[in-house]
Amino acid sequence: MGSGLRLNMNALDYLILALYFVTVLGVGFAARRAIKTSVDFFLSGRSLPAWVTGLAFVSANLGALEIIGMAANGAQYGIMTVHYYWIGAVPAMVFLGIVMMPFYYGSKVRSVPEYLRLRFNRPTHLLNAISFAVAQVLIAGVNLYALALIMQALLGWPLWIAIVVGAVIVLAYITVGGLSGAIYNEVLQFFVIIAGLVPITVIGLVKVGGVNGLMDAVRESKLGEAGLHAWQGTGSTDNPLGAHWLGIVFGLGFVLSFGYWTTNFAEVQRALSARNMSAARRTPIIAAYPKLLIPVVTVIPGLIALITVKGLGADQGDLVYNNAIPLLMRDLLPNGVLGIAVTGLVASFMAGMAANVSGFNTVFTYDIWQAYFRRDKPDGYYVKVGRIATVVAVVVGIGTAFIAAGFSNIMNYIQALFSVFNAPLFGTFIIGMFWRRMSALAGFWSLLSGTVVAIATYVLYKTGVISFNSDLEESFWGAGLAFVTVAVVAAIVTPLTRPKPDSELTGLVYGRSDATLADDSLAGDAAWYRSPVLLGVVAVVLAALFYIPVF
Amino acid sequence: MADNEDRYQHGEAHDPLVDETEDAREARSAAARLFDIRRVIGGLFVVYGLIVGLMGLFDSSAEIDKAQGVRINLWAGAVMLVFGLLMLLWQRLSPTEAPEPQRDES
Repeated sequence: MGSGLRLNMNALDYLILALYFVTVLGVGFAARRAIKTSVDFFLSGRSLPAWVTGLAFVSANLGALEIIGMAANGAQYGIMTVHYYWIGAVPAMVFLGIVMMPFYYGSKVRSVPEYLRLRFNRPTHLLNAISFAVAQVLIAGVNLYALALIMQALLGWPLWIAIVVGAVIVLAYITVGGLSGAIYNEVLQFFVIIAGLVPITVIGLVKVGGVNGLMDAVRESKLGEAGLHAWQGTGSTDNPLGAHWLGIVFGLGFVLSFGYWTTNFAEVQRALSARNMSAARRTPIIAAYPKLLIPVVTVIPGLIALITVKGLGADQGDLVYNNAIPLLMRDLLPNGVLGIAVTGLVASFMAGMAANVSGFNTVFTYDIWQAYFRRDKPDGYYVKVGRIATVVAVVVGIGTAFIAAGFSNIMNYIQALFSVFNAPLFGTFIIGMFWRRMSALAGFWSLLSGTVVAIATYVLYKTGVISFNSDLEESFWGAGLAFVTVAVVAAIVTPLTRPKPDSELTGLVYGRSDATLADDSLAGDAAWYRSPVLLGVVAVVLAALFYIPVF
Repeated sequence: MADNEDRYQHGEAHDPLVDETEDAREARSAAARLFDIRRVIGGLFVVYGLIVGLMGLFDSSAEIDKAQGVRINLWAGAVMLVFGLLMLLWQRLSPTEAPEPQRDES
């Protein structure tokens, strides 16, 4: 990116940004008072109300992936991008809350890998803990790199200053404030991100003549009529996304999205920090409601950019799709809301990176260090380890930031990572939760072979041995194949190996609930509007209804 | 994990590592004393609302033209100010110490 994107920030815009930095750090330091035990540091003492954990849940996902990537997809693929929200997120979030959270929260595990240790065995656990830790650091690097690129392009900051400023602030508030620092800031970031994106959407829509004007203009753009339909034309792969409806429903809607939302500890951790079972179950479901509406401030600006920015979609330079939002900011926002929008972008990158870092430090401390290296230390020792792990993660993240530079569309890069790490994991979880007989060894071999298949598909595609219509189609199929592999291996290995005794499965599998678990519900949890099932069903129905005008 | 067989006598799939941290949490956890994030969000948005809203009052016509004739600073400032005040009001009406905040799902 050259200087073409440079924004005309004035002193008051910088004041807005500076106030945000100060507030974020303040929240981190204020959260420090609330850290006495390792559970305080890593899981906020399991004390947070559902609206806080729910907003943090959605915010943890609002990193580079969402804002820059989804606006880029909106410009490139049109309305089909909503699949990432309405079929690719909401059903999985609801499923996590209704079906899976009782196992996660009820068993009191401190992380997703830890569930694997209890349900299967230590090799399965170690495999997942390490692959998760590596993935988190890589993705934190992606977020950091994206942040630095934007700061460089928009504000003219040198890349290294942008990287250091972003990294140091995240580092400070997580090291000091732990997960509470991260989560409280995520709630704040959620509102700042929305405040930054809404003016872009509003002015953009005014410019193109409202929703009708936008639709007319998209018909005449290079996307054409196909850019306005989510499902039409998915009978073949002849559509902007290059995906068949089977790929969308099973690849994106099932394997990819369930893999991401239900087993990604950076997300699940937010729910584990909720104060009781009811709040934990509502966490992802409350998050599903903002998720339903976020395309309004990402996909629509993407389409607006496609129309109003001449030449958008270049292979390189200032006019790549990833710059859709920054270009609109430059063209449409006066000082004032401009400062808010820049702050919103910075907030989104920080939220994404903080989620990865706080997920990493927990898994590293509980699942790698405590489980395999230093087992019987006092609780306070692990808080220290967690703080050191945070520093290491951020430093390594800075290093890996540059791996992301090789990909033109950050979104595809992250998708590729997720299909490698999450799809086989989801397969192993879901079969392990509902098939009590599945043995510990089957868990290990399923997870390993599924991961190998996902990596192999990706490598074969990248080296040109097999071909798909697009990177996105590759990730659909890679995820699907990995899932099938997990199921097949589980079915073959389980009958050949010893089952796990029922006594070790209580609270971990379907049909063996933990009768001794204390009822932790609070007054008011029984109210109908706090029923996870009802809230979840309404969210899914809304997602289906939202498709009607853009079918 | 055969070495933990004795831990499972309560009919629960208990794990020593999990139990230890849970015990430590129940004994010493300080998280209940966490401050209220609503006050922080409310405060920041009130300040943002005032800054942006005041800038909106003095916007030049060039800036209004850039925003397609919308007085966006004025509008955005007002909305942020109201939102911030509502957060503070919510926090005032149902402080953290209450067992469960109202309007949980809103």
